[in-house]
Amino acid sequence: MPTKTKTEKAIRLISYAEAIREATAISMRKDPSVLVVGEGVPDPKGIFGTTLGLREEFGAERVLDMPLSENAMTGALIGLALAGFRPVMVHQRVDFTFLAMDQMVNNAAKWHFMFNGKGTVPLVIRVLIGRGWGQGPQHSQSLQALFAHVPGLKVVMPSTPSDAKGMLISAIEDNNPVIFMEHRWLHGFKDEVPEGIYRVPLDKARVVRKGGQVTVASLSYMTIEALRASKYLESHGIEAEVIDLRSVNPLDTSLVVDSVKKTGHLLVCDTAWKTGGVSGEILAQVSEKAFNQLKKSPRRIALGDHPIPTSHFLASDCYPEAGDIVTEIGELLGLDKNGLVLRGVSTLRRQGPLDVPAFDFKGPF
Amino acid sequence: MNFSLTPAELLELYRSVLRLRLVEEALAERYQEQEMRCPVHLCVGQEAVPAGVCLALKKTDTVYSNHRAHGHYLAKGGDLNAFVAELYGKATGCTGGYGGSMHLIDLAAGFMGCTPIVGGTVPLAVGSAWAHALRKNGNVAVSFFGDGCFEEGVTHESMNFSALKKLPLLFVCENNQYSVYTPLKDRQPDRPIHRVAEAHGWKAWSADGNDAVEAFGIARQALKAAREGGGPQFLEFFTYRWREHCGPNYDDHLSYRSEEEFKRWKERCPVKLLEKRLTESKVLDPQKIQKIKSEIDREIEAAFKFALSSPPPVTEDLRRKVYAD
Repeated sequence: MPTKTKTEKAIRLISYAEAIREATAISMRKDPSVLVVGEGVPDPKGIFGTTLGLREEFGAERVLDMPLSENAMTGALIGLALAGFRPVMVHQRVDFTFLAMDQMVNNAAKWHFMFNGKGTVPLVIRVLIGRGWGQGPQHSQSLQALFAHVPGLKVVMPSTPSDAKGMLISAIEDNNPVIFMEHRWLHGFKDEVPEGIYRVPLDKARVVRKGGQVTVASLSYMTIEALRASKYLESHGIEAEVIDLRSVNPLDTSLVVDSVKKTGHLLVCDTAWKTGGVSGEILAQVSEKAFNQLKKSPRRIALGDHPIPTSHFLASDCYPEAGDIVTEIGELLGLDKNGLVLRGVSTLRRQGPLDVPAFDFKGPF
Repeated sequence: MNFSLTPAELLELYRSVLRLRLVEEALAERYQEQEMRCPVHLCVGQEAVPAGVCLALKKTDTVYSNHRAHGHYLAKGGDLNAFVAELYGKATGCTGGYGGSMHLIDLAAGFMGCTPIVGGTVPLAVGSAWAHALRKNGNVAVSFFGDGCFEEGVTHESMNFSALKKLPLLFVCENNQYSVYTPLKDRQPDRPIHRVAEAHGWKAWSADGNDAVEAFGIARQALKAAREGGGPQFLEFFTYRWREHCGPNYDDHLSYRSEEEFKRWKERCPVKLLEKRLTESKVLDPQKIQKIKSEIDREIEAAFKFALSSPPPVTEDLRRKVYAD
């Protein structure tokens, strides 16, 4: 990220959704080969605001809706990419990509390899992870582990608006297929975002918060919860180091390993299911590289191995939050179960309905 | 139908049909040596369509194909040496051994690639046509596939979008009536494939796929329409695979198709049909045939020599080959 110049001008706070929109517009202005295609892209809602105004600025040839034909349209965009264009495809839910898996896995991921470098597929596939407001079993999945398993795909999941902007610009400029995963609950999250063009690498984790007692490695929205937890712990004199992984393929565990060498404790927080998930891969890599530095078995927070039910009465309990992170850290550090830290965990529970994010939000979405 | 081909075009067409036959037969013979260690799907008996359609194409038109791609690759102008070397897994192969027979490519010739997942490259051809349309370059994209591919959802999704955007696109369905051993009647209802394409809003044609002149003539008309903004064109050609689905041999001892049926199609050999026609119209004579044949034989011999004397690829860190810089 560029150096912040807070002294020169007021801090510019924009939402994650606006950051995505800005990155897209900047990329399209810079490079006429960039197109944006997806169900609902030019409609009045503009993919939760992330594509609003693009058609007006760039025209119907470069900003277009598509038939409900996920597989063929993915293939057509691969064909465009092989012809020198840089398409950005958008799916309002990642769950829809199952309909396009053949094109994504058999063609996009492998083309460069199987034709020995004759042809590249500079394609970005933006996918949204749903949560809350009754998204239910088929609108709430977190499929990063599936994509990350496939060599040839790059998979990123930025958690902040500034990373979202810088990583989307990098993704569009990258000569490989990039799955760009946006958690729906991050869209309304505002933060400082630099103006103009800048790039954030697609293969580097980031230390979000320094600390020496426990390492928390998090993905996407769970970084927000990890930061809430670390703030709470700080008020009790416990310093957690929070590392936002930002990408899952390539998976940059070097910062996590370095951190664990310092703290001796690791907790991984994922937005997806536990079994076969990225959280297990991170534990494995850290165990391979820093087993002797671990003072206790590493732990992970992930979703239970079941689909998410629709009713908010049922779904709210499915998602681990800051309090669960503190509880897990309590286990790692051997904190007294009746001590001040763990007794206060309930204060971390958000008030009101838990099926919407903390910021202004009105259903449905 | 009268397609009024010039004698030069007819000779070119004959050379192409014969060349595909001779290359495939040479592969079948040498395959027995067990040194071409990858699946091969030979197009013997089906040469008229790739030869006819590709002769009607410009070099800058783009072609995507499927598992049975040898004919499409060669007829579009794909390099013969790099093709044979690829089957031997050599470093000089068109993908340096990474792809084999089912992943041929020659970008300079406009042969964009082929893959064996049925339907896999159909939407890629759509994307290629879309690129031509955006660039307004007057080129057409072509997708070659078989009757089985018409059963894939992605083919129909592709037809819907291409008709919507009136893309400069040609679908060439080589209906050889079998998916491996399974006949068409066990897979599709009794209705013409090309009429379904019409229902998708395409202009559709159907013709004898063993008649190279007809294939060339229809392709030329369809390409003209596609170039002039007439939208996507669907060509269904009826033809027949002589040898086994995958491999160099005949497989009629398996009795999945009748001897009588096979005999009937063999009598309509694309090479013999064209030879007879051109001899009757005095474009060809036995001397000319012999001359063309020996030229092709020499070319094939040289290609095998090139392939066999080429070095094998060196194993690199394959992880470094996965991503483009």
